[in-house]
Amino acid sequence: MTSRLSPSQMAWRAAQDIEDGAYVNLGIGFPEMVAKFQPSGRQAIFHTENGILGFGEAPPHGEEDWDLINAGKKAVTLKPGTAFFHHADSFAMVRGGHLDVAILGAYEVAETGDLANWSTGPKGVPAVGGAMDLVHGARRVAVITDHVTKDGKPKLLQRCTLPLTGVGCVTRVYSSHAVIDVFNGRFVLREKLPSFTLGALQSMTGATLHLDGPAADLVVPDL
Amino acid sequence: MDKTLPNLPTAVAGIRDGMTVMIGGFGGSGAPIELIHALIDRYVATGHPKGLTVVNNNAGNGHVGLAALIEVGMVAKLICSFPRSADPVVFTERYLAGQIELELVPQGTLAERIRAGGAGIPAFYTPTSYGTDLAKGKPVEVFEGRSYVQERWLKADYALVKAHLGDRLGNLTYRMAARNFNPLMCMAAANTIVQVSRMVAPGEIDPETVITPGIFVQGVVEIPHPAQEETLNRDGASYPEVAA
Repeated sequence: MTSRLSPSQMAWRAAQDIEDGAYVNLGIGFPEMVAKFQPSGRQAIFHTENGILGFGEAPPHGEEDWDLINAGKKAVTLKPGTAFFHHADSFAMVRGGHLDVAILGAYEVAETGDLANWSTGPKGVPAVGGAMDLVHGARRVAVITDHVTKDGKPKLLQRCTLPLTGVGCVTRVYSSHAVIDVFNGRFVLREKLPSFTLGALQSMTGATLHLDGPAADLVVPDL
Repeated sequence: MDKTLPNLPTAVAGIRDGMTVMIGGFGGSGAPIELIHALIDRYVATGHPKGLTVVNNNAGNGHVGLAALIEVGMVAKLICSFPRSADPVVFTERYLAGQIELELVPQGTLAERIRAGGAGIPAFYTPTSYGTDLAKGKPVEVFEGRSYVQERWLKADYALVKAHLGDRLGNLTYRMAARNFNPLMCMAAANTIVQVSRMVAPGEIDPETVITPGIFVQGVVEIPHPAQEETLNRDGASYPEVAA
């Protein structure tokens, strides 16, 4: 029985919800993998903050062109229909509400939809990038995250303890154990790993998991 | 009219202590490595310019380009959105030691502040950063039921920019995603100095494809085959080069 989803499996699950024709921004790290798992027959157009719409996957090693990179500074490729633009136009696409989906990573998510993903407090170097713009731009703001921290503490909370990226912005969480919607200030459990009881999942979660009908089984392929 | 500059030392000669300098690029793409290194050469030779405020999306990578500018001690303050990279050791050490000031700005707000600076718009409202630490002390207003944060324009004494084609009138094109912040910074600086990979005669750039019109540019220097930050870092380069 699956005890937790891998980052690839979380990305695969998130990819299943991206509709044909959607304009999508994928955050640096786990969310970038979503592009690999587009269901066949659907075409999403990927946006990157540094001014590309409709880019393709990474080039073979040794064929990188460092003027053709994504926001994670990784080399990408051109596809028919790719467009380039400057940073102000790029963030007009974001802030102007033209993106359908943004998928980000998270340190913490609150049941209010608040997200914390840019600062771990005063001791490190803070780095916000485009996250604060993205959470107010896309129609759907989803998060891919482990359900708990490396030392087992809940990342899904009543209120965030770390500095906020945005207030009331997250609409869905794809965690290592569940798919959870944020609705009217509550976490609503949609899917969970079949190997976990509701009680077991609740004990790993820092806020009440509400049900809106029975939670479906979270089933993903081996990846 | 001829905005052509004869060489790199001339291109960076006007930058003085304490100035605000916008440096184009996103990571290595669009980063004017040769202009930055020319500025470092001047500092090594004369002790100036120093105490600079630098505007860039990042905080340098490795020990070349912007990272080298910080490493030799020319930068007092950095205005950026993402001071992390594959090798951010130079900025990280100085920041944690309190030797460099950081103004962290969300990336879209940074782009729009620069655009506003170039467009003569002193302030604007954005939903970005509402309710966060980065909005502290800034006016908030409600428009159509939603809260927005007031942000101010950002202008500079100089912009150092990399473009692909340029002509003596200052018209520019960029190469792929190397465009990023560069056209905005050209607009927002009192003096915009551009390194182009190839100078062409006026008219050779199709007017339909000009990205930065020459009115935003004060000087152009041709640097064929410019260095790329990623390639320099792969080879373990540092600047100024240490004599073996």
